Amino acid sequence: MSPSAYVTLSVILFAIGGVGVLVRRNAIIVFMCIELMLNAANLAFVAFSRMHGNLDGQVIAFFVMVVAAAEVVVGLAILMTIFRTRRSTSVDDASLLKN
Amino acid sequence: MTHVLASAGSTAAATSQSIIFWLLAVVSVGSALGMVIARRAVHCALFLAAIMLSLAVYYAMQSAPFLAFVQVIVYTGAVLMLFLFVMMLIGVSSRESLVETIRGQRLAAAIAGIALVVLLIVAIGHAALGPATQSVTNGSTGNITGLATLIFTTYVFPFEVTSALLITAALGAMVLAHRERLSPKPTQRDLAKQRVASGRPTPLPSPGVFALHNAVDMPALLPDGSPSELSVSSMLTRRELGDDGTPMLPPVPEESGGPGPDYDNPAGRLAGDGEPVEASTQGGADA
Repeated sequence: MSPSAYVTLSVILFAIGGVGVLVRRNAIIVFMCIELMLNAANLAFVAFSRMHGNLDGQVIAFFVMVVAAAEVVVGLAILMTIFRTRRSTSVDDASLLKN
Repeated sequence: MTHVLASAGSTAAATSQSIIFWLLAVVSVGSALGMVIARRAVHCALFLAAIMLSLAVYYAMQSAPFLAFVQVIVYTGAVLMLFLFVMMLIGVSSRESLVETIRGQRLAAAIAGIALVVLLIVAIGHAALGPATQSVTNGSTGNITGLATLIFTTYVFPFEVTSALLITAALGAMVLAHRERLSPKPTQRDLAKQRVASGRPTPLPSPGVFALHNAVDMPALLPDGSPSELSVSSMLTRRELGDDGTPMLPPVPEESGGPGPDYDNPAGRLAGDGEPVEASTQGGADA
């Protein structure tokens, strides 16, 4: 398969993840959609790495995975704290600064 | 001859690769759509697992075996399990309300997503993407050796920075998950006093101690034959709440002459068992 097919697939997955972030209310699912976007970016990195024939893209994808793991850990801890105080994970409910 | 065979083999490999690509493309895009649409968070996690596993297969197909394994171990193994843990803590059965809080938001989001896809695909179409190279080795002996060489030479500073990032993330998670104890921990003496003051110093009755059932969700029967709600764990009764909010106790088997089995009068049970025998003998007498 040519790299353009992989990159197109990663674009589609990225856009679906972005739509999920915009549409969903549950903060956990919003996090999952962000993970999907990061995964799509990784797929593009790997495809470009294959296209150029060197491993730099795979190293970047590896770093993206590490950063995503750290982001998930902190994000889910914040989510737990919000749930403990507000009994809800809806992103609409956490609007203390609004009113 | 060998050249023909090699070309045939490479064509077969390309065909199988494209078959796998389209199969997994359908699976991953369908799972991504399902993740956006599914109402329950657990279903979203399962769809995300399908996407991550198919991406791991893609990495393996694109001569990135190390990333394929890391994808399975880190993402599907660790990150998704973390998601599931938090989901279980928060409440696995929580459903999301499907009411739009902003008018027309879903339509606008869908249009924005389609516009993003079109924009990026047009950009990719204009870019000159070359054909795939056959091997990605970076002049080293293999994929993992090449990656290690790159990480520990060219990218050694970002690598060290990620270690600092991971430590910071772990500390941040510990600080966020930590809860200060607001009241002093009750000692054994306090607990004993509390138990005596509660009016029930003895343990609760155990469930299902009678001969018919020993399941934990079967209430024990009191001496007057009525089921004892105290004997069933409150978690189990909460799981089987009726429509009116009252716990649905499992039905007590109806036997002749009382709400429960009449253990004080074994003769009654024997008489009940004997009835069909009498009927059959009567039938025999009629014949």
